[in-house]
Amino acid sequence: MSRLLTMKDVWIEGRSDETWNPIINGVDLHLDKGEVLGLIGESGAGKSTMGLAAMGFCRDGVRISKGSVDFDGINLLKASAARKRALLGKRIAYVAQSAAASFNPAHRIIDQHTEGPVQHGVMSKSESERDAMELYAKLRLPDPENIGFRYPHQVSGGQLQRAMTAMAMSCRPDLIIFDEPTTALDVTTQIEVLASIRDIVEQFGTAAIYITHDLAVVAQMADRIKVLLKGDEVETAETRQMLSHPKAEYTKSLWAVREFKRPQKPAVHTSATPVVSVQGITAAYGKINVLHDVSFDIHEGRTVAVVGESGSGKSTTARCITGLLPPRGGVIEFDGVALPLDYRKRNKHQLRQVQMIYQMADTALNPRKTIGEIIGRPVEFYMGLKGRDKRRRVEELLDEIELPADRYIDRLPSELSGGQKQRIGIARALAAEPKFIICDEVTSALDQLVAEGILKLLARLQDERNLSYMFITHDLATVRSIADEVVVMKDGEVVEQGPKTDMFRPPHHPYTDLLLSSVPEMNPDWLSTLLAERGIDNIGDAAVGKMNQE
Amino acid sequence: MSVWLQIIGVLVACLALGWLLRFAGERVTGGRPFFRDMSLSVAFGYVVAVVVLIWIIWSYYLARTLVAPEVNKYFFFRLAIEGFLLFAAAAWLFRLLGRSVGTAGSKKLFRQMPLTASFGLFTILIYALLAIFAGVIAPHGQEQILQGVAANIPPGGDPAIGGSADYPLGTDQIGRDILSRLIYGAQNTVGIAFATTCLAFFIGGTLGFLAATLGGWLDQILSRTVDVLMAIPSLIFALLLMTIASAWAGSEKGLLTFYMVIIIAVIDSTRVFRLARAVGVNIVVMDYIEAAKLRGEGLTYLIFKEILPNATAPLLAEFGLRFCFVFLTIASLSFLGVGIQPPLADWGTMVRDLAQFINFAAFAPRVASAPLLAAGAIALLTVAVNFVVDWMLHRTTGLKE
Amino acid sequence: MIITEKTRTGEYLSTVLKIILQRLALGLLTLFVVSILIFAAVNLLPGDFAQAILGQGATPEAVEAIRRDLGLDQPPITRYFQWLVGAVQGDLGNSFAQANFASFVGADSGNKASVAAQIAPRFWNTMFLAGVTALIAVPFSVLLGILAALYRNSAFDKFANMFTLSSISSPEFFLAYILILFLAVLNPVLPSLSNIYQGMGLGERLEKTLLPALTLTLVVTAHMMRMTRAAIINLLASPYIEMARLKGMSPMRVIVRHALPNALAPIINVVALNLAYLITGVVVVEVVFVYPGIGQLFVDSVKIRDIPVVQACCLIFAAAYILLNLTADIMSIVSNPRLRHPK
Repeated sequence: MSRLLTMKDVWIEGRSDETWNPIINGVDLHLDKGEVLGLIGESGAGKSTMGLAAMGFCRDGVRISKGSVDFDGINLLKASAARKRALLGKRIAYVAQSAAASFNPAHRIIDQHTEGPVQHGVMSKSESERDAMELYAKLRLPDPENIGFRYPHQVSGGQLQRAMTAMAMSCRPDLIIFDEPTTALDVTTQIEVLASIRDIVEQFGTAAIYITHDLAVVAQMADRIKVLLKGDEVETAETRQMLSHPKAEYTKSLWAVREFKRPQKPAVHTSATPVVSVQGITAAYGKINVLHDVSFDIHEGRTVAVVGESGSGKSTTARCITGLLPPRGGVIEFDGVALPLDYRKRNKHQLRQVQMIYQMADTALNPRKTIGEIIGRPVEFYMGLKGRDKRRRVEELLDEIELPADRYIDRLPSELSGGQKQRIGIARALAAEPKFIICDEVTSALDQLVAEGILKLLARLQDERNLSYMFITHDLATVRSIADEVVVMKDGEVVEQGPKTDMFRPPHHPYTDLLLSSVPEMNPDWLSTLLAERGIDNIGDAAVGKMNQE
Repeated sequence: MSVWLQIIGVLVACLALGWLLRFAGERVTGGRPFFRDMSLSVAFGYVVAVVVLIWIIWSYYLARTLVAPEVNKYFFFRLAIEGFLLFAAAAWLFRLLGRSVGTAGSKKLFRQMPLTASFGLFTILIYALLAIFAGVIAPHGQEQILQGVAANIPPGGDPAIGGSADYPLGTDQIGRDILSRLIYGAQNTVGIAFATTCLAFFIGGTLGFLAATLGGWLDQILSRTVDVLMAIPSLIFALLLMTIASAWAGSEKGLLTFYMVIIIAVIDSTRVFRLARAVGVNIVVMDYIEAAKLRGEGLTYLIFKEILPNATAPLLAEFGLRFCFVFLTIASLSFLGVGIQPPLADWGTMVRDLAQFINFAAFAPRVASAPLLAAGAIALLTVAVNFVVDWMLHRTTGLKE
Repeated sequence: MIITEKTRTGEYLSTVLKIILQRLALGLLTLFVVSILIFAAVNLLPGDFAQAILGQGATPEAVEAIRRDLGLDQPPITRYFQWLVGAVQGDLGNSFAQANFASFVGADSGNKASVAAQIAPRFWNTMFLAGVTALIAVPFSVLLGILAALYRNSAFDKFANMFTLSSISSPEFFLAYILILFLAVLNPVLPSLSNIYQGMGLGERLEKTLLPALTLTLVVTAHMMRMTRAAIINLLASPYIEMARLKGMSPMRVIVRHALPNALAPIINVVALNLAYLITGVVVVEVVFVYPGIGQLFVDSVKIRDIPVVQACCLIFAAAYILLNLTADIMSIVSNPRLRHPK
């Protein structure tokens, strides 16, 4: 195989506050024709910047300070603007993370598709349109002959992502950069997009750089994987090699995250009074019903995971329990006593018992208050502690969440990392000494290693204090590791509920089945196996054949 | 017509020169990316900039070398150039001072400060000093009718046309020293505008945050009321209300000034309300406010401890902008004759009274500079405040990224 | 497919029409409330305000004329509706000053004293001034705004920022006198007084209007340019612009095909909002240049408390302001592709 792309000793800097800070520190990268390279790393690792640099492109306020980028014998860093433009779109194409934002809202999808081929002189407008329809069929888009004539906002996110892949393919490029193309999608949609991307790349023998933070996804897509950490290369290896025998410590730890599993607790006695009992609640925003007859119990010392895709009503359920969105009907009991539905009607004791930890630690902590003030307020408000007693209590709480009190108590949230901020959120909830805590997607904004630390901390606190958790998440891996019981929600209704061991063992509800099977696994053969099981042939050839006959 | 043809001719010549510049640059440097990827419009821009610079230097040279009466034509040009350089130098020195004196925090602030912002701060400082110490600095009182001095001495201090060196800006129609009145103007115009802005912020800010936190019908009523009030252009509304106020005040001039403060504060508070509400609403949706509500905190705690500390940066910037707006509105009203009332000295009124001297510019430029000085004093302060606000906004949005 | 296209267009029309009608109704309602406000404000005048308005030197006939004119014997609500109905029909009442003057000379106050007759010619003068200003300012500032956005953080952008900030900060009369100083006194290119009369030739009229128009242009351009720049920068940061560049499209094509269709809405919005700003500027500028427009009449009437004229001018200004804001609103709805092509 011949060499397509060679990046040597690339250094990239970004400007902030009038100074240039390093983003990529001397990374090498090479790619053969038809090869797929997976580029993975946590947020801030510089993956996207590296991907764009492979096209000789820098965003505003970013510059390549050193190194060379050589694409098929052309030095992209020295080439003239016109020369580069002739390559972009034609021989190197790009698929962005958010298709909804990356399609121009003012033009039809197919007009944006044909723009590349027509402007680069590859095809005529009508040839390109016909080609677009074939590509849409291959990517298994519904109604491939007409979907292109819609405007971007008239098409769903998963379909747009495939239309964008088709657009990248329009000139049959030698190289496509995929920048987290499935991150914004739900798991069940993700799988279709992944399958179609992989098939089309294979069929046209296109080389690709696939950027993602999800190991399981990259395992399905890439021939070779490169791991980045804070702008440095950690290691590079063939996919199977990397999965079975990671060399670097960092890679090993990434792989190990997937191993964390807490033993399931024995089933509760049926006669025990649940800590929180949600009975048949119905809720609406204005006239739109968002919850229909939702019921479940949460017992002392147990974790109930509420699972579902976006829009399934899991966060709304939490808002109903806290009383922020008083339900239209139904009962919420705490320790066997019905709670007033509106939080404003609850007394201090009732408010104290139900605490909440939020998804975005950034917006959950007041940026103008020190850590001591944030944790100290509930201590003072509920426990009536003041002065030295209050400070001692805050220090104890900081110890509990494994942050050295003397170093953090006077800092502002902006001086903390994402994981540390989430720990402060936990400490604030603990300060109220509640029996029940709602965790709303607490790990989904965090990198895997950090998320694992938070999960372990929550598990330890539960064991020590016999806390009950309602754990809202869309990530089934998290459910596997922490839940005792699982509630699956879809479109505002509970689809299925029961102990975790039952939920992960068939038979179950078809939706649960779909949800469970769509979660990517680390096994590189997982996607192929799954597609075979679901009876989808490798490429939408049937669809194309059907279209040609008509 | 020939003037326009000349201008078009120069622009076309600049375009040709721009093309030449790019072509030559590419040849000489052997295709450096700077010249190779330069678009024609950019090359044109460079040429125009150079032409304008040459023209400025040439005019300044003329201003320094010509003698009267030809030099009169360049008097104001020279004044502008020298004033500009003087202020730039002062701002630079001021920034240098700020970098070496003060706490670590203030030093850091000055290190990142652009020259425009340090110019703004410096100017505001001077105005503040002038306003506070007007009584000490001004040679005479603002209402003092000078005994034994002629009324209507023209400004400029040139005895040839009836001026007097003791009264560099002359005297008004009843014999008051105009320079003193200009200095007192800082106290009156700036002081009244400042008080009005504070009042507007008190009204608009309080209501805005209340609307944002409570929502519901209170928010609806207040927002709709503000919508209606804002549907009338503010200067027009102010003029309408001033008509009525003047009927109420009758011959009591001091009372009319007081009414004006109230009227402008109320009109302006609608804009403050909008901003305070918008900022408040953005903060209220934050999870930390939800957490505080669920904790059972009261309204005062929410507004003062959770919302307000996060709203200070945008509110401070808005205060600057509002101040400028109020200041300009008051100056305009005074200029139109319905604002700050005599005997209080005020810049807007002074501009109107001295305006006819502008026509003397061709033969006695110093005389003509008096009304421009008063108008310039207004412009300079608002420019200064705007520069500082611009920098503050840039800094806060820069921090977010 | 043709059928679906047709139904889509139909849906578009009905959705957009509905929204536009809603906005129009809202605008009318606002204007109605504003008219109540203006009327109510005048009724706040103290005591026997016919006397208060005219002062001590008024002739009894004039005071009586005003009493009759205002119909003080009737309740305020009746008076309001009489005034409103009159205003809608173009009858804005009689000018106090003219009535007073007429009573002095003993002539019949009849036609000449009517506010409408007084305002009409001045209204067109003001429209002319605003039109000339808009004609210069709009293309100029949109172009400069786009350039500043394209070459942001360059020397040109920084200079433009400083210049526009300075001209926004300066009171209109300062800019006016600076222009008079340089363009009328030191270099007599243009006249400093705009003595416009009826039956004047267009060329001469234009020449006399140019200086006030330039003053307004300076102020409006600064606002418009800054807002255009901000809108375009906001737009250029969108991922679809980056996508177009990554597809290898030329800078010109990126601007014309990808940025402009989306920039239209914000730019039209900016233009309409700033033309509304002209209304405030026009008052001061007309006074400086003694331009016989509605703004100057307004200020004069405020000084002599000629209430019917003040009311009428206020209503006209408010109506223009509401109309322009409404236009901005409707334009941005019409040019939004998401609304134009509903799901």
